[in-house]
Amino acid sequence: MKILVPVKQVSILDDEFEMRDDGHGVDEDFFEKDLNEFDHFAVEEALLIKEAAGEGAEVIVVTVGDGETDDALRTALAKGAERGIRVWDDSLADADSIAIAKVLAKVVEREAPDMVFTGAQSADFGHATTGMALAGLLGWPHAAVVSKLDFMPGAGTATLHRELEGGLEEIMTIQCPAVLSIQLGINQPRYASLRGIRQAKQKPVEELDLDDLGLGGSDVTSASRVRRMYAPEKGQAEIIEGSAAEQAARLAEIIKELRGI
Amino acid sequence: MAEILVIAEQRDGAFRSASLEAIAAANSVKGEDDRLAVAIIGADPNAFVSDLSVEGVDEVIAIKAGSNDFQPDLVEAVVATLAEARKPALIAAAHGVDAWSYAPTVAAKLGFGFASDVQALRYEDGQLVATRAGYAEKVLVDLDFPGKEVVLVTIRTNVFDPAGGVGAPTVTAMDAPACEVSTTHVGWKEPEDAGGIDIPGSDFILSIGRGVGDESNVEQFLEMADQLGATLGCSRPIADNGWLPKARQVGQSGQLAANCRLYIAMGVSGSVQHQWGMKHVETIVAVNTDPEASIFSIARYGVVGDMFEIAEELENHF
Ligand SMILES: Cc1cc2nc3c(=O)[nH]c(=O)nc-3n(C[C@H](O)[C@H](O)[C@H](O)COP(=O)(O)OP(=O)(O)OC[C@H]3O[C@@H](n4cnc5c(N)ncnc54)[C@H](O)[C@@H]3O)c2cc1C
Repeated sequence: MKILVPVKQVSILDDEFEMRDDGHGVDEDFFEKDLNEFDHFAVEEALLIKEAAGEGAEVIVVTVGDGETDDALRTALAKGAERGIRVWDDSLADADSIAIAKVLAKVVEREAPDMVFTGAQSADFGHATTGMALAGLLGWPHAAVVSKLDFMPGAGTATLHRELEGGLEEIMTIQCPAVLSIQLGINQPRYASLRGIRQAKQKPVEELDLDDLGLGGSDVTSASRVRRMYAPEKGQAEIIEGSAAEQAARLAEIIKELRGI
Repeated sequence: MAEILVIAEQRDGAFRSASLEAIAAANSVKGEDDRLAVAIIGADPNAFVSDLSVEGVDEVIAIKAGSNDFQPDLVEAVVATLAEARKPALIAAAHGVDAWSYAPTVAAKLGFGFASDVQALRYEDGQLVATRAGYAEKVLVDLDFPGKEVVLVTIRTNVFDPAGGVGAPTVTAMDAPACEVSTTHVGWKEPEDAGGIDIPGSDFILSIGRGVGDESNVEQFLEMADQLGATLGCSRPIADNGWLPKARQVGQSGQLAANCRLYIAMGVSGSVQHQWGMKHVETIVAVNTDPEASIFSIARYGVVGDMFEIAEELENHF
């Protein structure tokens, strides 16, 4: 039994940042990198199923990214995934979610997992695209924003909840293997133990390029192109200056005024 | 002349009004000679024709299916069939959870241009340009779609005013294309009982987000809300962690602050899903240590500072 979890290392912008001169991105100096929050839940869901399945079950994490994104894989390996795969090629620098999905589709074909879990979206761009695009390329059953899952390895179908607007959930069954995008709150992601972190350093991470996957550059085209990136106009917010005491005093005035006290 | 296609939605037989926002987005780039067709799938699709007879809509494609169930495979087959037959330049749908399940899928499969969570559309030098946010709403990105004949976009909710007015579309009846579906609807699970917590009814909400840091810090904000005469709300991670009941969660998958006039957000970054529940509130006050937090872009008053310090000082005034 094998579950494949594509993960993303997301970029978190510092409190202050500057755009790149070419107007297509933000200067790399202003980022912190981390494993996408949603992916913690996808990894956890895979680990829970693996642990229940016992011997021989495996969780594989895969990312498409340059050497720096190894950290995201190691974070997932430290939690208990067995091995990692990292795919990179410089031609992927401007790849959008759909191009990434094209790369991941080849990895899925190679690994033939029983299930693929992605995060429902990435915390930085929120495209909510990669997982479901991957399903489309594979022709696999798929469901997005899964908030509860009942999957017995080997079973032909799984039962899941799809979280809809307003807290309503739809219960459905789905044929397996499937690609599911996993929602926040489906489980309580574990923290890696110190032992896990040590072990993660020894776990195999296979490095692949497009060639290894039988892909040429023209196979991994994007569905969109960044024309420009820019800071939005500042909102209308009136910034309340001063010490905490002064700020609170003004805030109290606003509250009292609106409450008619 | 270009054809534009909107995929409208129903859920369990009820029309989803976010579809009217997708229509408005389509109208925003619809030229005089363009045609806008809106497709809707359901057991009784004609029931939605009146909902969809709004300004700008030239045709309603009423697609009869065996049930009202949402089946991503079926929607994808419909999109494929209509795209093939009509060669629309643009396809739009609301960026709701249903579209999340089918839009990227069909776009990838058919090689469409694609952008999700789009908040503005326009043509620049004859090229379709879509604007969406990035880096936790801190930047905007303009995307174009070189070489793509068909572009599929999903439209952020609460950005476009729903299309209104009266249209006189022609109605085309169609049977849903035959396709194998891999999902089966079993039932619904309604949100848990709110237990007396009334976010939608409250006119004054004090909301806490992940900035609260730890479960042990939550109690003091419950007490402060009481003292101020506010209802305590929260962002999703606080409810997911079980620190506060789900009934206090404001946002897309929680509550709509429907009657709120004053909303104080402390330690909330302002994700689009949180904004969904509170962006409309007349007076929003944001307290956040990060001056670039996107919550400031929708707030009327901003305090760049530590929520604990502000809270401590605020208590002296009540
Ligand atoms: C389908 C879907 C539905 C969702 N539905 C909802 C929903 O209904 N409601 C919802 O809220 N989210 C929802 N989310 C989650 C959403 O994407 C965000 O993850 C969430 O809103 C983030 O919550 P936050 O702002 O509290 O946390 P963060 O984004 O982590 O922000 C915390 C903020 O606190 C600030 N901060 C930290 N310390 C302090 C301090 N001491 N003083 C002041 N400020 C401080 C930080 O600068 C930061 O801006 C949904 C997501 C998906 C995919």
